[in-house]
Amino acid sequence: MTTRTTEILVGLFMVAGCAALLFLALQVSGLAPGARTDTYTVYARFNDAGGLSARGRVSMAGVTVGHIREVVLDPETFQAKATLEIDASVKNIPSDSSAIIRTSGLLGEQYIDISVGIEEDPMKDGDVFYSTQSALNLERVISNFASGR
Amino acid sequence: MTDALARLGRYGLTLLSTWGRAGLFLSGALWGAPGQNGGFRLLVKQLYAIGVLSLAIVVVSGLFIGMVLGLQGYTILSDYGSEEAIGQMIALTLVRELGPVVTALLFAGRAGSALTAEIGLMKATEQLASLEMMGVDPLRRVAAPRLWAGFIAMPVLAMIFSAVGIWGGMLVGVDWLGVYAGSFWSSMQSSVAFLDDVVNGLIKSLVFGVVCSWIAVFQGYDCVPTSAGISAATTRTVVYSSLAVLGLDFVLTAVMFGGF
Repeated sequence: MTTRTTEILVGLFMVAGCAALLFLALQVSGLAPGARTDTYTVYARFNDAGGLSARGRVSMAGVTVGHIREVVLDPETFQAKATLEIDASVKNIPSDSSAIIRTSGLLGEQYIDISVGIEEDPMKDGDVFYSTQSALNLERVISNFASGR
Repeated sequence: MTDALARLGRYGLTLLSTWGRAGLFLSGALWGAPGQNGGFRLLVKQLYAIGVLSLAIVVVSGLFIGMVLGLQGYTILSDYGSEEAIGQMIALTLVRELGPVVTALLFAGRAGSALTAEIGLMKATEQLASLEMMGVDPLRRVAAPRLWAGFIAMPVLAMIFSAVGIWGGMLVGVDWLGVYAGSFWSSMQSSVAFLDDVVNGLIKSLVFGVVCSWIAVFQGYDCVPTSAGISAATTRTVVYSSLAVLGLDFVLTAVMFGGF
């Protein structure tokens, strides 16, 4: 085997490695460089954020319209404050819409579902959801049921 | 009683001197990085022997491991009605653990043993000594290109392993068992983080590459130059590499994902 063939094969090997890394970055971990679409930020406060975590999705009518940037505790109200980044193309969410934490499937990840309101004014950058619904806590439901409330 | 103590002491001293020689060997070989006087050619040749020729076993194992993960995951997850989580399971398992670890084990068996045997035979037939007689540093000429080739080839192989494995899992999960492709990929993308998972896997495979090629080349360089010595050194390479990979994997996992 000539040196040239060896060199070409090694070159192909390196290219295959880079392609694999690119596949892992783009397709598997969903990293999209440059395709960072314009977003605007809204906030939602929950009494119980459950298993909500950063990078979770935000959906309306089952369609993903944004993602969760972070979930932190608000030290003043002792509520969980979620920062949501909504795609700029979805710019007419009624300002009285509510954010509901739902679980996809039985074991799936938790996401925020926006239940659409009726107000004419849309939500703007920096707005806070007027009403929210916390994560469904199965233990709490059972204990409420057991104590007859 | 004193005999036992002396044996223990001798064992400890031998161990220490082996470690010392291994450290000197590594630093000597790394300082003599390939590059000058045709070193790049040597590196490419070793990359071919270590990387390209290991590709077949890595791709085939990756494919089958991915497919098995798909099947096993489906049977368990379908009990809970959440088959979509199969993409997440396959990707996280492969990228975090199986990709680096299984590739390193295959690498130790396929490339590491060959390296040890090759260098051991060079030593037994006094090729290393004659290189030294000609004024060529065998660490630079023989050891350095092989070490560097191992450092480079191992992460590349691990990435290919993970990618092929995920593709194999998709083949079984989506094309055969009928999991919806959209939720397969979206559950994967929402749970795999590039920096936390892919890059940590890459770091793991780099560490394993360093350890495996260091053990393999040093065992060959340090072996008893007889046929029995070479065979013992080759065995040691595979055993030590596997143990080091599995042990280090626990440490690295604890540091990276254990939340310390």
